Amino acid sequence: MAIPARRRIADIVAFTFATAATVFGLVWLTWILWTTLAQGAVALTPTLFKEMTPPPGATGGLLNAFYGSAVMIGLGLIIGAPIGVAAGTYLAEHGRYTRLAAIVSFVNDILLSAPSIVIGLFVYELVVRTSGHFSGYAGALALAMILLPIVVRTTEESLRLVPDQMREAGFALGLPRWRVTRKILYKAALSAILTGILLGVARIAGETAPLLFTALNNQFWSSSLGGPLANVPVVIFQYAMSPYDEWHELAWAGAFVLTVFVLVLNITVRLLARRGKS
Amino acid sequence: MNATLAQTPDKTAPAVRRSGAGADRAFQLITAVSAWFVLLLLGGVALSMAWGGRLAFQTFGWHFVTGKDWDVVGAKFGAFVPIYGTLATSAIALIIAVPVSIGIALFLTDIAPRWSRGPIAIAIELLAAIPSIIYGMWGLFVFAPFMAAKVEPWLNDHLGNKPIIGPLFTGPPIGIGMLTAGIVLGIMVIPFVSSVAREVFSAVPTPLRESAVALGSTRWEVLKSVTLPYTRSAIIGAVFLGLGRALGETMAVTFVLGNAHDLSASLLMPSNSIAAAIANEFTEADTELYRSSLIALGFLLFVVTFIVLTIAKLMLMRLNRQLGRTH
Repeated sequence: MAIPARRRIADIVAFTFATAATVFGLVWLTWILWTTLAQGAVALTPTLFKEMTPPPGATGGLLNAFYGSAVMIGLGLIIGAPIGVAAGTYLAEHGRYTRLAAIVSFVNDILLSAPSIVIGLFVYELVVRTSGHFSGYAGALALAMILLPIVVRTTEESLRLVPDQMREAGFALGLPRWRVTRKILYKAALSAILTGILLGVARIAGETAPLLFTALNNQFWSSSLGGPLANVPVVIFQYAMSPYDEWHELAWAGAFVLTVFVLVLNITVRLLARRGKS
Repeated sequence: MNATLAQTPDKTAPAVRRSGAGADRAFQLITAVSAWFVLLLLGGVALSMAWGGRLAFQTFGWHFVTGKDWDVVGAKFGAFVPIYGTLATSAIALIIAVPVSIGIALFLTDIAPRWSRGPIAIAIELLAAIPSIIYGMWGLFVFAPFMAAKVEPWLNDHLGNKPIIGPLFTGPPIGIGMLTAGIVLGIMVIPFVSSVAREVFSAVPTPLRESAVALGSTRWEVLKSVTLPYTRSAIIGAVFLGLGRALGETMAVTFVLGNAHDLSASLLMPSNSIAAAIANEFTEADTELYRSSLIALGFLLFVVTFIVLTIAKLMLMRLNRQLGRTH
């Protein structure tokens, strides 16, 4: 039986639109990546990794910014990841079916999408204002707060995927609950939890807004976390907004390194996670 | 696992309890304290914003929200322009992102060859992985000039003279403005809405779709009469999730919105948003009242996104309950 023309046309229109929408999404991705990689590749030089951020009109690199970013991401990871894993463990295991776990799980999802600039303001009020100066510690703390909900969420989800038979097997051997969690569940969910943490690192590596009023920026080499600390995203922001061509070029180079780092981390982690599943 | 099984060892293994009870309780405590930490974080953010913004709220009262003047020298702060800019750019973002995201979800669940679904889905999700500062740079150096040269003159000529919508599209084609910011936001929101939409589309029970096909529906009719009604609450949740993201997005908007504190009907004119105003001005705020006003803006932003994201979460939970999932 033939379908009336009107219905057939509606069908074709809808599916053409769906295909066009997907192409639309992929075009932006290609355009943005192409621009960043092409512009950045031109500006990429060995001095980028050897010299400090220059004053206007001079040449230089981003060494201090790379260092500052690496230190703050590392410290943010050290603060945020363990708390996140522990909280995720509470939600999936030790506090399962409790009201607290339900509320925390809900709140955590909201924090996951909350504006990161507000986290920056919070850390400003909490640390910068009370200590009287901007500092790398404040920046690391802000990054840890962005990382925390990501790790909580992925830990909770990974632990829930572990089959209950494994818990029961552990209990049947007479293991106390914390040993079942540590020796059996963490081992089974390890790769999924690590995936979550690495995706979290990729996310905080590009975060700019929470660093603007916490770590601020520093034109010079500083290895001290106690004062303002240079970092890649804020340097990109300031240099891109400036009127100087040399600074624009450095901003593109920084954008290149940042984008490649984030993309490589994302793609590798996803591929590894996929292989782990099959 | 059901509740009884989960608690079994605590109740029926006295020997183990005695030997491992201390460590068990310590571990339980550590995880519970960490969970409390998440609540503390949210509470701390809300309280510190309210506390930091109290001076602005006390000084200006409701005029802080309705006032149109943002006068740094005269110490008079009314946030109507950034609030309007935030809402207008987010609205443009959703107008673009929602249909496109549903289209992408449909393409990935129904049209694309099976082998290509995974890679395309990952590519779309990579849009969410690109740091927002990269969107900002691209927007400022590439997309805004493109808008100024190609799109905005066309809008001026073809839509600027239409009766009702005309004023929205009249103005100098400078590329920086609410329309450009809204489009960039739309691109950034697409991966969030489309991944939720894709997930819920594929959760529609196959027998339901098959019975519609058996009754003679075309694929479009299956989407319209079965898939969309079945997933309606989750799709609304996805839209609110996208809205929450768009409202709070900072860096990309800061680059392409122009940081202007004048109210303008035209979408082609520079404007401001709450997040962009904070990002641009906070380190320059030299008086207590100025800084407090910016933190008060942060408080408003936090409260609004909190409400929007709560609605999103509740809507998403409704579909999960329908599907019999517990979380």
